[in-house]
Amino acid sequence: MSRRDAPAPRPGFVLETDRSTPPILFHHGEGFRLEKLPPGRSRIIYPAESHEGLADPDEAICDALADPLDSEPLAALLRPDMKLTIAFDDISLPLPPMRRPDIRQRVIEAVLDTAAAAGVEDVHIIAALALHRRMTEAELRHAVGDRVYDAFAPSGCLYNHDAEDPDGMVVVGTTDHGEAVQISRRAAESDLIVYVNINLVAMDGGWKSTATGLSGYTGLRHHHNVTTMRNSRSFMDRHRSELHHSNWRQGEVLANAGIKIFQIETTVNNNLFGETGPLSMLQKREWEWSAKDRAAFIAMQTGLSVMPRRARRRAFQQWLAPYEMTSVQAGEVESVHERTLEHVLAQHIVPVQGQTDILTMGLPYICPYNVNSVMNPILVMCLGLGYFFNLYRGKPLVREGGVVIMGHPTDWEFHPVHHPSYIDFFEQVLTESTDPLVIEERFEKQFAEDEWYRHLYRNSYAYHGVHPFYMWYWGAHALEYLGRVIVLGGDPAAVRRMGFQPASTMADALEMASDVVGRQPTITHFHHPPMLMADVE
Amino acid sequence: MSIAAALAGKRIAITGSTGFLGTALVERLLRCVPDCELALLVRPGRAGAQRRAEREIWRNAAFDRLREELGAKGFADCTAGRVSVLECDIAADGLAAAPETLADIASCDILIHSAASVAFDNPLDRAVETNLAGPLRLLDTLHAHNASPHFVAISTAYVAGTRKGDAEEHLLSTTPFSVAVDWEAEIDSARRVRQRTEDESRTPERLAHFTREAAKKLGAAGTTALATQREHLRERWVEDALIEAGRARAASLGFADAYTFTKALAEQALVDRRHAVPLSIVRPSIIESSLAEPHPGWIRGFRMAEPIIINYAQGILKDFPALPESIIDVIPVDLVVAAVCAVAAKPPPEEPEVFHAASGSVNPFRFQELHDWCHDWFMEHPVYDEHDQPISPPKWSFPSRTRVADQLSRAKRTLHITESTLRMLPVRGAAAEAYAEVQEQRERLDRVAEYVDLYGMYVECDATYLTDRLMELWNELDEDDKAAFCFDPSAIDWRTYLTEVHLPSVMATARVKVAPASKKDLGGRLAGGEARDDEVAGDEAAGEHSASDSPLARWLPSARRSEHAIMERRRQQILSSDRHLAAFDLENTLLASNVVASWGWLSTRRLPRSEQARIVARALAEAPRLLKLDRADRSDFLRYFYRRFKGAPVDQLSDDTWEMFSDMLLAQAFPAAIRRVRRHRDLGHRTVLITGALDFVVEPFRPLFDHIVCPSLGTASGRYTGRLTATPPIGENRAQALRDYAQAEGLDLAECIAYADSTSDLPMLEVVGFPVAVNPEPKLASLARRRGWLVEHFSKAPGGPRKLVPIAPAGAAR
Repeated sequence: MSRRDAPAPRPGFVLETDRSTPPILFHHGEGFRLEKLPPGRSRIIYPAESHEGLADPDEAICDALADPLDSEPLAALLRPDMKLTIAFDDISLPLPPMRRPDIRQRVIEAVLDTAAAAGVEDVHIIAALALHRRMTEAELRHAVGDRVYDAFAPSGCLYNHDAEDPDGMVVVGTTDHGEAVQISRRAAESDLIVYVNINLVAMDGGWKSTATGLSGYTGLRHHHNVTTMRNSRSFMDRHRSELHHSNWRQGEVLANAGIKIFQIETTVNNNLFGETGPLSMLQKREWEWSAKDRAAFIAMQTGLSVMPRRARRRAFQQWLAPYEMTSVQAGEVESVHERTLEHVLAQHIVPVQGQTDILTMGLPYICPYNVNSVMNPILVMCLGLGYFFNLYRGKPLVREGGVVIMGHPTDWEFHPVHHPSYIDFFEQVLTESTDPLVIEERFEKQFAEDEWYRHLYRNSYAYHGVHPFYMWYWGAHALEYLGRVIVLGGDPAAVRRMGFQPASTMADALEMASDVVGRQPTITHFHHPPMLMADVE
Repeated sequence: MSIAAALAGKRIAITGSTGFLGTALVERLLRCVPDCELALLVRPGRAGAQRRAEREIWRNAAFDRLREELGAKGFADCTAGRVSVLECDIAADGLAAAPETLADIASCDILIHSAASVAFDNPLDRAVETNLAGPLRLLDTLHAHNASPHFVAISTAYVAGTRKGDAEEHLLSTTPFSVAVDWEAEIDSARRVRQRTEDESRTPERLAHFTREAAKKLGAAGTTALATQREHLRERWVEDALIEAGRARAASLGFADAYTFTKALAEQALVDRRHAVPLSIVRPSIIESSLAEPHPGWIRGFRMAEPIIINYAQGILKDFPALPESIIDVIPVDLVVAAVCAVAAKPPPEEPEVFHAASGSVNPFRFQELHDWCHDWFMEHPVYDEHDQPISPPKWSFPSRTRVADQLSRAKRTLHITESTLRMLPVRGAAAEAYAEVQEQRERLDRVAEYVDLYGMYVECDATYLTDRLMELWNELDEDDKAAFCFDPSAIDWRTYLTEVHLPSVMATARVKVAPASKKDLGGRLAGGEARDDEVAGDEAAGEHSASDSPLARWLPSARRSEHAIMERRRQQILSSDRHLAAFDLENTLLASNVVASWGWLSTRRLPRSEQARIVARALAEAPRLLKLDRADRSDFLRYFYRRFKGAPVDQLSDDTWEMFSDMLLAQAFPAAIRRVRRHRDLGHRTVLITGALDFVVEPFRPLFDHIVCPSLGTASGRYTGRLTATPPIGENRAQALRDYAQAEGLDLAECIAYADSTSDLPMLEVVGFPVAVNPEPKLASLARRRGWLVEHFSKAPGGPRKLVPIAPAGAAR
């Protein structure tokens, strides 16, 4: 591999713009925009270049299983007559989905090899999707590999978690904060749970894997709510996140209940679009684009402009990222997760001096909840005000009362199978109120306990009835904090329905923002891809 | 002797008193001849003669003045004391009356015969029975009782036919307009034509034609609906044939239509048969709203000029085939009434006398004036369109009739082609609505064309109806009579009459928008205040002096109200907790898929890609045949089609349908429709799914419904037999299934709602109180529009996956 000989990857940094700064790349749904930011008062946060992947991931996995953190080796935990449950992160990770072999396949195969050597017979493999939609056969095959799928699925030992199975869920206890801890019965009754994680951002992993991934509405509503989200500053910062504190309390209850978990966490680098290849320019800095990059970009823009929307979506959704695994650690949940966070932050953290008046971001075509699906307006909100806004440590990038300008077409489009409750949420709830607290109080229970949504979640491929509420709560901190949200290039009707302002050009958007932040605001652009997390002083 | 004095103490029999002229005559006699008695000969109809008289005569606004003068009690006493209502039907043999009634009629001193079938497009036999045989039956009654009262027959000036030049007040036989026709032979012939046409309409060829037409119109709507439609078409065909026969026979003798033709023959027949009965004939021209009595502008039903006026105001009649300098011979109704009174008051003549009640010769009203004054008036008082924009009235160029006819037929042809193309295309929703719109436009044009055809002759007519004898009679009157019974046409100032009396009166009763809708009243303010959807303009008084059975009443476009507001109101009615049950069809109502697609998906689910392609190719090749079978009879189609499931393993299919539910059915579902089902449940309504899709296919939808009616296949040793276990719920069976369920659950069908997309669901839609057409196909769209049903447009989720061919994802299940 030539990269092995290349110089060390450059860290992320903040660029102050001047007149010579070229137009900046904004992701814009299934497309891109190039935007010129006002010189002199704008800055751009660039992510770090992609870290080097492990030379031999399989070997690293075996090493981690054999030499875990604060735990006996996996082989020592296994015995023939035991109940073993392997749970793994669902389709929402990583983003975009990675090329085969998926990390989960590598890890699960290694775990199964170990289990087979130990003579374990009762093995269940569960997609820990909490209230997400069930994964299709093709998606499961992609995640765990055909070999695992064919060996376990036909006999019913590889399946999607069902948080609404009346016989399949148990409440194992309550935290000292009164939070019920609910988990899959199979997991609770297993002698060992092996959790296989992919840690894309700092929010993932730790106790959140089991306490959330294998739980249901009864357990989740204690931290998936407006108050918790408003007190998580940010929910990407494990130690300052009420969301995580709650999950950790639930994890403690799980541990005290005698549920044994062997956590395997992995991290990936920033290589979303490849070092070479047709999309490689997307993760380069604009002034370093070669003539070839420019030509490729122009060709791509031209191609996209003539493609029908559906075809464009298909083309983007087919992209598989050439992610490389940068670390794998196994063992006790909390020890493992601390180590994982170090690796994630090493790749993502970019130090930033001070806040800004306006935060701009270009939102891509994908978020955790629309893999092989449609990025509906609610998901646009969640990606911008939930994920991107919260990718900070310390203080938000934008000052309190400031403005977020996020670019996305925000088409009034929904996937009827994956997001049925989103459609009704958009039509029935957002028409009444956009205030998270009001929405939570007036509508959440009704959607969460709705028989039809429950039916679709369990038997079709629908996100749970309550899921659109969680998406809205994900943005609750930002909604409370910001002075205005402007959606650049967004469908006006859909944007207004959500209580935001549509703008067709960046100049318009800045003009609209001036009511709130004055005529000469400072602007910070959150450059994506690849991934970054701002460490704001 | 004054008119009142001459008529005092007389008993006057009147026919046609529920008609326009008759009502005015009764009113005038009661009010201005205080000492006469009236015997009104009224057809019993369904309500009985007394009820009809009460409803159709005494409640008319014509009597407001008298009621005011006498007080309510005085008026009741007056009608009870001076008027007797006699039940009889002049179109029936022996007047269909009791012997004492006949004797009562014969005992009268004067008989004013005003009843007629005035529609210009009457079937031949109806015109003959009423207009020709009717007065003869009256004469026969008089002869039978040896009575000879003064017989005053109301005829029409147009018995002169389409001739040009002066028409004098003489019997036709003595004028150059004479028709040498054996009227007895005409009566016999008309009756034979009716018989022959009725027979012809029942021949297998004709019936086959009606069957085809009904199917075109309704599709596979079920036996009852189709049978009703066929019978309706047959009756229409007989009517049309007889109308055509009447028109042809009239035209062959130089008359505009069967009405004037039979009136002309009737005059001749009365003269021939009168024996000792003294006969006076009054021939009015076009009778219009009253000039002054009982109050200015009084009118009953739609007369001849109103449709022109209203369509002109709405900008629909952009031109009209008339000679601008030609005379339109209009006479206000009160002038005709006065003339009739004066004629009746005269001593009974030895020889028959004829009087024209017309204006053309003494006070001509020219077409150009009519047009110009109307134009000016409507510029000031415009009618508003559905977007609340005032309509500017067109300027007519007065082209020839052929040119207008050409223009109309060209426009009609274009619309007709558009319409039949749209009908054949498998369109739904908005496109189908467009079809209904085109259909409505085409029908409106049809009516305009019919109108131009029917009435063009009258306005093009160049004859002048002389009124020398009428004026002679006028000059003999004393001043009091002249004041009380004015029939001098020169007293009319046409401009004042048109703009201050007639147009305001016509527009007040026409159902058109005369002011833009206000915010508060989204439905739009309607003149006249009578704006029920189901209301028919004009009064129902067929067989008498009224235009109600003419096409006019049918063709006046009803007011266009804000479509959206109407639909919203209907939606609110449906989403009320007063309703009991909501029944839903599945295909194209809740989702855009069908049984063939389901089969395609299920049968390819476990096949490799290459095999799938083969199945698709085969299905495509078979599609036209399947479509034809489906259109012919859906039950048969389903029975035939479901045989394909023969041998399919029950368990496997059950597993696969759950995948199909997500991959195809939900992906093609209409989210708003599913939301609507859930809304009904929230409102406490029962929800019922009635579908031809198989039980295992609809199983995943069960949580939405309280009850599912669907067919199922027989099974044997774990496999389907391919045979249905019962008749599928299609057509009438759907209605029956709904009835059964409602009865079993004690629900009232009048409070039930049904959602469906096609005319094949008509029986189900018709059985409930609240039918809803969802994304209707063209035939249903047009029906829904006519019947005022709620129309919903549910669409697939924008951005959802689309399937070009209904096959399962390749290698999904291995």
